[in-house]
Amino acid sequence: MKLIKSSLLVLSSAFLIASCGGSDKQNTQKESSNDISILGAGSSFGFPIYSKVFSEYHNATGAKVNYQSIGSSGGIKQLTSKKVDFGGTDKFLTDEDIQKIGAPIVHIPTCIGAIALAYNLEGNPQINLSPEVLSAMYLGKITQWNDPKIQAINPDAKLPNQKITVVHRSDGSGTSYNYTLYLSRVNPEWESSVGTGASVKWPTGVGGKGNEGIAGIIQQTPGSIGYVELVYAMQTGLKYASIQNAAGNFITPSLEATKNSANIDLPADSRIYIINSEATDAYPISSFTWAILYKEQNYNGRTKEQATALVKALWWLTHQGQEFCEPLDYVRLPNPAVQVAEKALLSITFDGQALLTEAPTWQAKK
Amino acid sequence: MTNNKTQVSFKNSYRSDRIFQVTLSTAAYLLLVLLVGILITLVLGSIPTIKSHGFNFAFDKVWNPIMEEFGALPFIIGTLLTSLIALAISFPVSMSISLFLGEYFKKGSISSLFSNILELLAGIPSVIYGFTALFFIVPIIRWIEIKLGIPAIGLGIMTASIVLAVMIIPYAASIAREVLKLTPNDLKEGGYALGATRYELIRYITFPQARSGIMAGTLLAFGRALGETMAVTMVIGNANVIPKNIFDPANTMASIIANEFSEASSDLHMAALIEIGLLLFLITAFFNIIGKLYIKRLAKK
Repeated sequence: MKLIKSSLLVLSSAFLIASCGGSDKQNTQKESSNDISILGAGSSFGFPIYSKVFSEYHNATGAKVNYQSIGSSGGIKQLTSKKVDFGGTDKFLTDEDIQKIGAPIVHIPTCIGAIALAYNLEGNPQINLSPEVLSAMYLGKITQWNDPKIQAINPDAKLPNQKITVVHRSDGSGTSYNYTLYLSRVNPEWESSVGTGASVKWPTGVGGKGNEGIAGIIQQTPGSIGYVELVYAMQTGLKYASIQNAAGNFITPSLEATKNSANIDLPADSRIYIINSEATDAYPISSFTWAILYKEQNYNGRTKEQATALVKALWWLTHQGQEFCEPLDYVRLPNPAVQVAEKALLSITFDGQALLTEAPTWQAKK
Repeated sequence: MTNNKTQVSFKNSYRSDRIFQVTLSTAAYLLLVLLVGILITLVLGSIPTIKSHGFNFAFDKVWNPIMEEFGALPFIIGTLLTSLIALAISFPVSMSISLFLGEYFKKGSISSLFSNILELLAGIPSVIYGFTALFFIVPIIRWIEIKLGIPAIGLGIMTASIVLAVMIIPYAASIAREVLKLTPNDLKEGGYALGATRYELIRYITFPQARSGIMAGTLLAFGRALGETMAVTMVIGNANVIPKNIFDPANTMASIIANEFSEASSDLHMAALIEIGLLLFLITAFFNIIGKLYIKRLAKK
């Protein structure tokens, strides 16, 4: 027994010494500023692109950014309780939300997401949907695929005499928020009877958990239609509909068409829903996703180094990092949006002093 | 006198025993603290909806987070309905399995093979049951729905119940097997001596002997069905309404919590979900207590 105890002691002290040695080594190898770790949390839509960009950022500059995918509401809550450096969200904070938090919040657009209407129909016809038809389907007013209203905008498609199974998200999500926002914008009846929210009282249909849940149900159910993130629809090979935009054109969702939806006048704080965009070649169901952070960074005893590292990381995300968007089927920010992001980042202060006055530079990684 | 003396020496020489006992009882009391702690947390968390909705919360049919109307009735019905149907489906199967393993093949390679399979089934993560159901049971149910002439979605109460039934079979069966094995041999030999066939032996001797144990296993299985979340969410259709028939999409209490908790932005929505958790806690406790009382009564007989 004694032997075991003493050998354990030796072992554990050996570990202790080894680990001390390890951290010493690290300290000498890296700049002290590189030991700062930035923490972000929120929107699961942004997660794949954020992890890719921040991993490349780490490779290029050695800085560490950790992003957790917990959903937009979670991201807002974590920022409100000051547990993270920045939050990720698919819906912007209203003036009322910001007032509740009690400190100015800056929104940085990071990329654009689109929502595709995927469906499962015999013979895989490519179909067109107008806002009226789509909202009527989700209100439970159009229930058959061969409804004259659907046929009218799809003169060439052979539509089956089949019941429409409407699929929606069962879990609260930013995607549902943006989708119900779209339906509210295009159909006053939807706005008054259902409304906009991460979880709503769906008039009809079945719910699937997450994009994968909806995709699973659509693949399994002939005659079904559901909304998923465009990235997800493209990568799973689901068939998705062309949607009529505000200018009256039927637009097949694509990265280009989604990007076009941001070609409108953006407000300086980027708090705008580009849904149902006026641009003639825009896909109508799209939205920015944002990183949100406090305008005044000196709170909770934060250091200036921490705040600078945060602003620099977000700068990289909205500039150099944008090149990683397209390979992952994300839509990169158009130039006007990048300029809005720049101005927003330059407005971040520490003790009232701007943290950045021009594009930041990074020391080459050692 | 002598008795006293031994007690004293017991105290002195077995101090380590005393420490051991204290450790054990601390752990046991910790369990009680944990239970009470959970209950208090749930009650505190649901105060906002208790204040605003009162008793109507459990009887209202409408669940609309935007309008802040919260009624838990659809979920209570969904939970009880899926669990009861699952129990009804699984009971004959789990009884057959337990008789097979507890009476016919008590020992040997067949018995150990099937026992291991049973344990393996109990250990499969529920998300895997959910996936399997989505790809194999859903099409079958849809085929039945087409034959019956009702909307053929394949997702709903019935699909969820079948998945739950499969999931709870290992629990009910393994407990029943153990109690069936415990039937005293002299009773059985007596039965055979009187000329009973094997079926008669099971019917009149083994089953009555094991009844309370079987009941306990069934209740454990029912409790598991009440709280199952992931597999149910994947196949029940997640429609927050009261189902009109057993093929309709519906939702359960555990499933609505899992679905909406992470994005519940308003305080009242959060409180409503916590209150559903509280109700689920109470319902599970209720069935447990009823079961315990029933078992006690049987044991007295």
